[in-house]
Amino acid sequence: MNLYVCIKQVPDTETKIKVNGDASGIDTTGIKWIMSSYDEFGVEEALRLKEKNAGATVTVVSAGPDRVVETLRTALAMGADNAIHVELPETADSAMTAKALAATLKKEAKVDLVFFGKEALDDGASQVPQLVAAHMDIPAVTVVCGIEYAGTTLKCKREIEGGSFEMVEVSAPAVIAGSKGLNEPRYATLPNIMKAKKKEVKAVKLADIGVSSADQKVKMKNLQLPPPKQAGKKIDGDAAAQAHGLAVALHNEAKVI
Amino acid sequence: MAKVIVFIEQREGKAKKASFELVAASAAAGNETHAVIIGDSVTAIANEAAQYGANKIHLVQDAGLKLYSAESYARALTTAIKSLSPEIVLAAHTPMGKELMPTVSVQVDGALATDCTSLAFSGGKLQAKRPVYSGKAMVEVEFLGSGIQMATVRPNALGLPKPDTSKTADASNISVDLSGLKTKILEVVKGNSARPDVTEAAIVVSGGRSLKSAENFKILEDLADTVGAAVGASRAAVDAGFRPHRDQVGQTGKVVSPTCYIACGISGAIQHLAGMRTSKVIVAINSDPQAPIFQIADYGVVGDLFQVVPALTNEFKKIKE
Repeated sequence: MNLYVCIKQVPDTETKIKVNGDASGIDTTGIKWIMSSYDEFGVEEALRLKEKNAGATVTVVSAGPDRVVETLRTALAMGADNAIHVELPETADSAMTAKALAATLKKEAKVDLVFFGKEALDDGASQVPQLVAAHMDIPAVTVVCGIEYAGTTLKCKREIEGGSFEMVEVSAPAVIAGSKGLNEPRYATLPNIMKAKKKEVKAVKLADIGVSSADQKVKMKNLQLPPPKQAGKKIDGDAAAQAHGLAVALHNEAKVI
Repeated sequence: MAKVIVFIEQREGKAKKASFELVAASAAAGNETHAVIIGDSVTAIANEAAQYGANKIHLVQDAGLKLYSAESYARALTTAIKSLSPEIVLAAHTPMGKELMPTVSVQVDGALATDCTSLAFSGGKLQAKRPVYSGKAMVEVEFLGSGIQMATVRPNALGLPKPDTSKTADASNISVDLSGLKTKILEVVKGNSARPDVTEAAIVVSGGRSLKSAENFKILEDLADTVGAAVGASRAAVDAGFRPHRDQVGQTGKVVSPTCYIACGISGAIQHLAGMRTSKVIVAINSDPQAPIFQIADYGVVGDLFQVVPALTNEFKKIKE
């Protein structure tokens, strides 16, 4: 069973965003990078499957600049067997990223399942898992918070709106984009972190997989921080007066309730 | 002017308002606006789409489309796009739209921007803005090349005008080949919540750890039910087990843009602010005058939420009468 997990490196959620010189993105100086938290569910799910299936291997794949190797090592320390770094420029959009990941996966001998997080914490696009699946012509199930395995068939619990769920059945090969509830991701232990430092990370160059900046479909520009808000209105008095003042403000002034 | 397709999302024959926001915005910009409705026996939605401004309605109906699956609906929408050759395709950024549209974008070789909060149409060109870093910053999206421009738009971001109920639909059918599908939808397990979803509601009442218990959220639920709001929660409240994760607003939960967001006992961690700062009117009720939430609040109440919130519920009950 050949299991793959695509992971993305993103700024820590505590990060204060600063705009870079040409407003095409953020100033990355001094940023602490982490694995996008939903991707951890993907890594954990693959590791648990491997533990139940003798001979299974888990390969983690990340596309991005050289710094993403550090995040690949985090996944190796969690227990992944192999790592692939797809050398992708920082400016790549979802389309180019997905094309590069799909092209890399297509070169592998056999792919049974490809796990992702349901979305990345930086651009929040929720595109890449579905795009990769479409390029590989295999089904994708996203926002998956539970899976029952029966041989190569997966019964996925997909969260939709209003606390409802869709129960979706697919067979491998398939793409699964995980969400909270799927499992509890493990922490890497210190000996495993040490061991992961020595593991090989395979590098893939875009030229080798026939992907170029021509595969880019959109470009982000004029990154702006939200304009500072004007000081709001303070509503004083005792609780009853405050409640009355607020109700009047929302109903008559802002007209939102 | 451009030829625009809007995917009208429905479940059990009930269309999403967020889809009609897109119809209305496209029609208001003078575009030739086509609504594509996918499902089984969904003819009744056609008039509604026309009343929000769709010039032409296309129904893709099949018993196999009764329940949504990304694979079958992508097949249907792709078929419609290939037969209509639009310049622009729009859908709501909902659990359905965000799963479906990337798949379709590959099938029609289009360029896709997801989770947009504003759209502008200029000639045949679409311009979109979207939040990044969960709302800590905004970017403009430039569509490259000459392919189909596609976007998903966050519910409530564009607003919904009043429908023109005198209009009726000019509808026609498109058929789709559903053979050889690999995905099977076994069932839809319905949630028991009568309240709207946090990502779709026009008003969200949210609580933090200061609520102290799951039971105490009752006072927020009473306020929410009085004004037709959804109930949200901060990560701290979710981690404490007061609310399920699906209600969590913030960078590691849901990102919301309601017309009114009422934060009760939420101090305003950077990740929470990121998840709700695009709300149109923000209200903060908190006992700590230094809480960061007050810096982005339009209306601030420094006080005890256990007193202010029930009193506020009563005020709205009076207004409703």
